[in-house]
Amino acid sequence: MPLATPAPPPKAQEPELPRGVASIGKSVVIKGQIFSREDLYLDGEIEGTVEVPENRLTVGPHGKLQATIRAREVVVLGAVQGNVEASERIDIRKDSKLVGDIKTGRIIIEDGAYFKGSIDIVKAEAAKPAVAVRPAAAEALALPAHTVGEPKL
Amino acid sequence: MPVFAQNSQSASGRDRVYTRHSNGLEQFFSYIQGERGLTLLDLSGASQSNVGFITGLGHRLYSEDLLETLDEVFGEGDFFANQCAPERIERFLKQSLNLPEEQCNGALIWDVLEYLAPPLLKATVDRLFRIVKPRSYLLAIFHGDDRTELVPSYSYRIADAHSLALSLRRMRPPAQLFNNRAVERLFEGFEAVKFFLTRDHLREVIVKR
Repeated sequence: MPLATPAPPPKAQEPELPRGVASIGKSVVIKGQIFSREDLYLDGEIEGTVEVPENRLTVGPHGKLQATIRAREVVVLGAVQGNVEASERIDIRKDSKLVGDIKTGRIIIEDGAYFKGSIDIVKAEAAKPAVAVRPAAAEALALPAHTVGEPKL
Repeated sequence: MPVFAQNSQSASGRDRVYTRHSNGLEQFFSYIQGERGLTLLDLSGASQSNVGFITGLGHRLYSEDLLETLDEVFGEGDFFANQCAPERIERFLKQSLNLPEEQCNGALIWDVLEYLAPPLLKATVDRLFRIVKPRSYLLAIFHGDDRTELVPSYSYRIADAHSLALSLRRMRPPAQLFNNRAVERLFEGFEAVKFFLTRDHLREVIVKR
C-alpha cells in the first residue's frame, strides 16, 4: 500500500481581484510607461508613468511606485512617490504612503495613512449633453446589414 | 493637561479625542475669510478633517508631518544633541519645508516648535518666514506650564472654523518651554504676535509675517 504523501502547506491568500482588472504582481519590476483602458491593479515596483484615464488604478499593499500617475480613480494601499492626478477621487488607505502633489475631485485619507505634499481639489466640469442625430440624417447614414464571416450576396 | 475622558472617543475606541474651542483658529480663519485659492501649510500631518475643511474653503493645502520627520532625522542617538548638527538640520529642512519662497498664504504650525532645540528652532522659524508671504498668518501653540518634563504632543484636527479636536500622539520632552517673552523673541523678525490664553494650559499664538 503506497504511503500517503503529506499535503503541501496552504498558500497565502492573495487578494481576489474582480474580473476585468488587469494585474501586475508583486514580483514584477517595470521601468517605463504603463497605459490601461481597464481597471489596473499594481502590486510590483514601477518607475515611470502610469495612465488609466477612464478607470481605476489600485496600488496594492506590496506596490512601490515611483511614478507620475493619471487615472479616473486611484486607491493606494502601498507606497507611491510622484504626482497623482485623479479626475474623480483618490483613496489613501491606512498604512499606505503617498509623497507627491495631488490633483483630484475628491480625497479620502484614512487614519494611519501617511501623506506629504499638496492637495488641489478640482471639480470636474459638468458633462456636455450628447448631440442628437436627426432621423433624416440617420437614414442617410444607414448601411445595409452585413454579418462578419458570411459571404455577401 | 486636558481630561480626555470627558469628550468623545474615536471610532477605534482607543484614541481619546478632546474637542475644544480655539480662539486662535477662529482668528486665523477670520483673517482669510472670503478668500479662495490660497495655499495653506499644515504641519500636523494629513488628516481627513483638515484636508476636507481647508479644501472645502476652496484653498490648496500643503501637508507635512513635521514631528514624524523630526523623529526620522534626529531620532537615533541623542535626540536634542542631533538637532545641533548643521548637516542634519539641512536634511530636515530639505525633507520637510522644501517650498519656494513666499509660496504659502498661511501656516498651521500647531505645537511642533516646542520640540526643536535652539539651533534647529531658529533655522525652522527662519525657513517659515521665507516660505510664507508677507502679511500672512501663522498659528502656533505652546504649552503654558513651565514645570513639566513631559508635555502631551497632540494631533490637531479642525472640527470647524473655531474648534479643534485633539488626540494624544504621545508624551514628549519639550526642547524648552516658552513664556510670553520667549515667544515674542522667537518671532521677533515677524510683524506682530498675538496671544490667546486658554483654560487648558495651551497658549495659542497668531503671528503675522
